Amino acid sequence: MHGTRILDEADRLMTVCNSCRYCEGLCAVFPAMEMRRAFSDGDLNYLANLCHGCGACYVDCQFSPPHEFNVNVPQTLAVARAESYAAYAWPQALSGAFARNGLVISIIAALSMAAFILGFAALIDHGVLFGVHTGPGAFYRLMPHNAMAALFTAALLYAILALVMSVRAFWRDIGTPIAGRADGGSIFQAIRDAGELRYLHGGGVGCYNEDDKPTDRRKLYHHLTFYGFMLCFAATSVATLYHYLWGREAPYPWWDLPVVLGTLGGVGLIVGPIGLFAAKMQRDPALLDESRYGMDVGFIAMLFLTGFTGMLLLLLRETAAMGPLLALHLGSVFALFITMPYSKFVHGIYRFAALVRYAQERRSEAGS
Amino acid sequence: MSPTSSHRADGMNSKYDVLVIGGGNAALCAAISARRGGASVLVLEGAPKFYRGGNTRHTRNMRCAHDEPTEILTGPYTEEEFWEDLLRVTGGQTDEVLARHMIRESKDILNWIVEQGVRWQPSLGGTLSLGRTNSFFLGGGRAMLNALYLTAEKLGVEVEYDAEVTDLVIEDGMFLAARLKRPIKGQTEIRATALVAAAGGFEANIEWLKQYWGEAADNFLIRGTPYNRGSILKMLLAKGVQEVGDPTQCHAVAIDARAPKFDGGIITRHDSVVFGIVVNKHAQRFYDEGEDIWPKRYAIWGRLVAAQPDQIAYIVFDSTVVTSFMPTLFPPIAGQTIAELAGKLELDPAALEKTITEFNAAVQPGTFDHTILDDCRTEGITPPKTHWARRIETPPYLAYPVRPGITFTYLGTRVTREARMLMADGRPSANMFAAGEIMAGNVLGKGYAAGMGMTIGSVFGRIAGREAAKHARN
Repeated sequence: MHGTRILDEADRLMTVCNSCRYCEGLCAVFPAMEMRRAFSDGDLNYLANLCHGCGACYVDCQFSPPHEFNVNVPQTLAVARAESYAAYAWPQALSGAFARNGLVISIIAALSMAAFILGFAALIDHGVLFGVHTGPGAFYRLMPHNAMAALFTAALLYAILALVMSVRAFWRDIGTPIAGRADGGSIFQAIRDAGELRYLHGGGVGCYNEDDKPTDRRKLYHHLTFYGFMLCFAATSVATLYHYLWGREAPYPWWDLPVVLGTLGGVGLIVGPIGLFAAKMQRDPALLDESRYGMDVGFIAMLFLTGFTGMLLLLLRETAAMGPLLALHLGSVFALFITMPYSKFVHGIYRFAALVRYAQERRSEAGS
Repeated sequence: MSPTSSHRADGMNSKYDVLVIGGGNAALCAAISARRGGASVLVLEGAPKFYRGGNTRHTRNMRCAHDEPTEILTGPYTEEEFWEDLLRVTGGQTDEVLARHMIRESKDILNWIVEQGVRWQPSLGGTLSLGRTNSFFLGGGRAMLNALYLTAEKLGVEVEYDAEVTDLVIEDGMFLAARLKRPIKGQTEIRATALVAAAGGFEANIEWLKQYWGEAADNFLIRGTPYNRGSILKMLLAKGVQEVGDPTQCHAVAIDARAPKFDGGIITRHDSVVFGIVVNKHAQRFYDEGEDIWPKRYAIWGRLVAAQPDQIAYIVFDSTVVTSFMPTLFPPIAGQTIAELAGKLELDPAALEKTITEFNAAVQPGTFDHTILDDCRTEGITPPKTHWARRIETPPYLAYPVRPGITFTYLGTRVTREARMLMADGRPSANMFAAGEIMAGNVLGKGYAAGMGMTIGSVFGRIAGREAAKHARN
């Protein structure tokens, strides 16, 4: 038997599903399952992270509740997935952050924003803090660019280190039956599969939400959120290049690349998370891991907060509200960065790794 | 064609153009087809919503003729070839006119069913893994049903669940009304201009099975829901509809004895017979385990086990073949010695050891290949194992207990090409049509070939709905 109750249940379900296989055309989970006859902890964590939670296999299953076989793959894999985040967290001492994740994320976000506000209030002359600043370098009159860059680079580097260590443990654990390094072709395939959310589609009709009528709503909101996030990241990166390569200092005019990218991304980061939150509220509880509600909503809220404070800052950057808004925005971005390895953010990393593994397995199967 | 425009209020009772009794593939195809033909339609499904659809819940594919390869099928599978397959599995017990008509219509069903929202599973491993005769439903039979229900409801078909019909009012071959156990919209009687009966067979009705099988039927497991009780079929036959098909016969396969009494579906089946031997409760072999290849070997074992004492048997094999067949829901029962295994199976250890020793001694050298009728056989024992015979000698020794799993029954109502029921005196009914398992015996007098039940359901469902709507309009 397995280490946890949920992995025992996932094992039971995969045994049921492997003797049925009707769902093999719906997504990647079932073909991956068919490559195995028995399931280790790593196998189950792999399948759990490969699952996008579209719900189609639940609606299509002749053995889902109230049938006595009680087959609920989306919910079981959702719980197993969430537990895998804690199991692979680095350092392990911090894995407890996933236990009451909503609370942890809220406290860190609150502390981070409070720290920036207090820091600004303590270190900056109030005339400057509540003053109106325009023109190149306006933001840096509140916080020097180098200090900002150093602080956020450090936070990001820590997040990357922790994520790399976590995903490394995951990758090793799911390494059967074909261990080894990821090849370029499989990574490219995984980028495409993740980029278009290929498996969040119920086998072609969409996701199952509040009833048995599928829609593509969640896919759309997820795209807005994910690409919004990427655009914001691109905006920051371009601005950093402007700063160091050409000495062009923010804020930039509305038509300039960083602002255009940031505005588009900011809109995505506001609309997307709202949509995802609404979809979650409406979704059939049978498909959800309700005990992880805090983790899911905590991450959605962090993304929304980042987008929302960023857009407010853009709109009001030439008013006296700029100083306090900058503190709020930087506080939320900082919190987002440092909690990345301990928040729902990790779902994307593990799922991407699982998709790479799946692409490898498909290639190896086709080649054999 | 809004539901109300053609929905005639008539005194106290509302009257539908077409009443469909049943909730599976045939019923839904009939309802959709009748609705598209302009009729107001009510579907009465006797089961609760989750268990809707009878045996369709457990199906996976459909057999359709086609002249050219398609996106999901290599081709061709001609009408003639389909007919030959049907002739072979039924041993000629089929109505050729009806069967050829169905096969011809099956070609168009491949596309028609997609227009009703059903999706076929695309090839998972390139064109090499495509089938030729059968198309698979993406997500299986329940997914197919869900799609049909969504389409029917979108079109304005009314559907009622837990709607058990207790009586049919039929006068001189003319359907007038159906009486309900539980009132629907305050009515306990539903009147309609035409009836489509698509309520399946009686495989879940143990008392009825006992009429032919005696107490042995108590040991049968039913692969579908407990709602396939054949009550509509019984009423129709009692009210003068001509019967077709052997009432004593049912399709039965060997399924795991640990399966639930009802609705274990596909996952309880065993296809490991050819890899070992099969013994009864006295640890004796009773039939050639290597007689024929799939699917015939699969379909005969239900009946064979039903004929054994207490309707139980054990597939016994050793550890060398475990990965030769699909993983099973229930794990095999294992023993390090034959005696230990026999103890766990509650068989006489000495008897099982003797059976296996004799079998092993009778195995002749050969080259094993389970995809053909190979030359691995026994000599000097009765019954022989004529193919795939290999010694059972590598522990752990393993076994699956099996019982007869009843899939469907053959008794039905006789119909015409228009799916119109024929009365016992040979006259066609004025307004009663049948589709699906309830009339499958017209085409399938015995035997089975994968996907044929769904072909019968979709083809005759579509025809029955169209004809019923035509009748209602005139």
